[in-house]
Amino acid sequence: MPEYRTFTHDVLIVGAGGAGLRAAIEASASGVTVGLVSKSLLGKAHTVMAEGGVAAALANVDERDGWRVHFADTMRGGQYMNHPRMAELHAREAPDRVRELEAWGAVFDRTKDGKILQRNFGGHKYPRLAHVGDRTGLEMIRTLQDHGIHLGIDVHMEHTIVALLKDGSRIAGAFAYDRERGRFKVFHAKAVVLATGGIGRAYRITSNSWEYTGDGHSLAYHAGASLKDMEFVQFHPTGMVWPPSVRGILVTEGVRGEGGVLRNKDGKRFMFGDIPENYRAQTADNEEEGWRYTQGDKNARRPPELLTRDHVARCIMREVREGRGSPHGGVFLDIAWIKERLPKGEEHIKRKLPSMYHQFKQLAGIDITREPMEVGPTTHYMMGGVNVDPDTQMSDVPGLFAAGECAAGLHGANRLGGNSLSDLIVFGKRAGEYAAKFAKANSAPQLDNSQLEALARHALEPFERDTAENPYQIQHELQDRMQDLAGIVRRQEEMEKALEIIEALKQRAARASVKGNREFNPGWHTALDLQNLLTVSEAITRAAIERKESRGAHFRDDFPGKNAAEGAVNIIIRKTPGGAMSVSREPVPPMNEELKQIIEEMK
Amino acid sequence: MSGQVTFRIWRGEKGAGELRDYTTEISSGMVVLDVVHKIQATQANDLACRWNCKAGKCGSCSAEINGMPRLMCMTRMSDLPLDKPITIEPVRAFPHLRDLVTDVSWNYEVKKKIRKYQPRKPDNPDGTWSMEQDDIDRVQEFRKCIECYLCQDVCHVLREHSLHSKFIGPRFLVYSAALEMHPADTANRLPELKDDFGIGYCNITKCCTKVCPESIAITDNAIIPLKERVVDRYYDPLKRIFRAITGSGGD
Repeated sequence: MPEYRTFTHDVLIVGAGGAGLRAAIEASASGVTVGLVSKSLLGKAHTVMAEGGVAAALANVDERDGWRVHFADTMRGGQYMNHPRMAELHAREAPDRVRELEAWGAVFDRTKDGKILQRNFGGHKYPRLAHVGDRTGLEMIRTLQDHGIHLGIDVHMEHTIVALLKDGSRIAGAFAYDRERGRFKVFHAKAVVLATGGIGRAYRITSNSWEYTGDGHSLAYHAGASLKDMEFVQFHPTGMVWPPSVRGILVTEGVRGEGGVLRNKDGKRFMFGDIPENYRAQTADNEEEGWRYTQGDKNARRPPELLTRDHVARCIMREVREGRGSPHGGVFLDIAWIKERLPKGEEHIKRKLPSMYHQFKQLAGIDITREPMEVGPTTHYMMGGVNVDPDTQMSDVPGLFAAGECAAGLHGANRLGGNSLSDLIVFGKRAGEYAAKFAKANSAPQLDNSQLEALARHALEPFERDTAENPYQIQHELQDRMQDLAGIVRRQEEMEKALEIIEALKQRAARASVKGNREFNPGWHTALDLQNLLTVSEAITRAAIERKESRGAHFRDDFPGKNAAEGAVNIIIRKTPGGAMSVSREPVPPMNEELKQIIEEMK
Repeated sequence: MSGQVTFRIWRGEKGAGELRDYTTEISSGMVVLDVVHKIQATQANDLACRWNCKAGKCGSCSAEINGMPRLMCMTRMSDLPLDKPITIEPVRAFPHLRDLVTDVSWNYEVKKKIRKYQPRKPDNPDGTWSMEQDDIDRVQEFRKCIECYLCQDVCHVLREHSLHSKFIGPRFLVYSAALEMHPADTANRLPELKDDFGIGYCNITKCCTKVCPESIAITDNAIIPLKERVVDRYYDPLKRIFRAITGSGGD
């Protein structure tokens, strides 16, 4: 029988990016014992990749901003598929969460009068993103990490959870292995917070790291929690496209916020040609006005490059498909042109976008202060996730919470840039707070030893098989197929084909074989991650088949328009007692009168 | 750029092992990490290496490439001589675990010992501080650090003399400098820097600065000013007399 050690914590947090760290800090501050499991080393989570900023209506740069405007922007961007209560809490609480980061040592860029500076971003009416150049995520994770290490949190670095444990209907902990030695560990906990991030590794072209295999989504689903909005996968409009090995790496929206423009091969700013009706009143209709907006003119409207990500991504795809793309299948993003308008433009670009300058210089040999970048859509963010209570972040499973990217509700059909970092700290805090309350109010759950043995045996099976099924090949094939069949543009028959392929890949994954031993063996880790990738891929595809309209990030070639009846429901995924994946519909949660009035006023 | 390349990768556990050759095809624009991934996916599924962002932002994939400490994700194949095998070895300043992976936990322990940020009372009623951009530029430079620990790897105090118990290394001198130079911080870390953190061991050879992927001027902007503060505090005779007379701060 495989051996394992048991660790007991009141609250177990799975994931140590922004949401997990913030949850751990909050739970710890309320006096419960906290274990924090991180798939990589502490401080390396995907939060470090966030570039542009954290959205909060501090109104430091434009006094007209406030939580009401932020709420309305978030709902409009999400095509009203958002949980309105989550969007409200997020808009109301984000400013305090940002100020709290400063109290913990974050050093944001400043306004001339010494306050936290805010920048423009797609879909935000006013300059709202607190930032540090284009490395805001690094600043945030390092601040939370450096604050958190002094609070007595038990950090389990380089551990991966393979299953959640239950005692009857409630959560009882989690079963894990450590990467270094491959030993199994049992985390016995009264409450578990999932903060595992997204699913980008289900696709070939992605801005996401190896960790992003949908672990939280899949763990929650197999533990009986429902998932929501899984059809809404955000393809960020600007990923690098050349050279091939860097395809998908993110190019921050901050480039456009600072005045960068999108052009096709004919040099035309094509975004002016396609401005959606519900954004027309807020969008500049000429280049001059757009430029003035990026330079802080409060009377100017934003340029169409700063429309929502779903829309910009589709416009880029259209230019490429219709033969007006750049040499390597993208379009041009030009920031160098601002030198015509700004004295010391070159230094300005390097100062405001230092990571982008280095990224292109080092990886593509391109100097962005002189030449345009080539960009195209990349799988970036999962709006869908664990279906949670908006106030407490608890799922349908008592004691199981979720926060950040792996939870659903805040972003609806499309997330606005900058609303992710704020999501992490607003709902990370709430999840930590309510998980601690749950732990205090409940006794310790019982663990089922027979379940542990079965999990350990199952996890070791890939070593016992001697087949030719290489887990990396299975993963690559899944990524290719999801990219082609359930990507930015979707069709019924292609997605049905995707389901058949996912089924076949599940069979192959069950035969996957790994060599070597259990110590730091990435082949084994890849084999174990496959279950999660296959689960989320199936959930995405089934939800996408169910939604017979195009809305936000979900675009159906066979149903290209919006449909009011479809827009009134969220799609819910559950595991049936028999083990099959069920798809159902629930009405979008209604707005109260105050929120309705805000939406009406801001139209 | 395309064709065949041979990678000579350190394989083994706990310091015991050997360099093993892997030959593979490369294509245009590849970085060293791409090639390592390709070898891992096709020839050596259990090849251990760390990576996350693949964009020079997380600092996970540090290794010694042809003997030079670098991030694998930011080293382009076109910048390496391809006519002979390219050696890829783990960093040397930390205990070896497996293949390209080392035990970097010492760094996390060191950081915990450094006094955390202690701000003065907020300047404004909403709990915020007023700070000029000019006053935080230097701190922001230090906060660019991605904790790849390449500076620790090349520091001879750690790499050759293994004084890990007496010296915190360039990374944590930069971290201390970011706290000490923060305009709103009130803590004093000079006593520890002098006694426990061994700032005197650094003899400013600037090896750390040379390998920093974030181009932080580690020696000039962080370590030398910190050394000066320590000297001013403990070794300046005039200031000692002044403190003795005024009774400000004990020695």
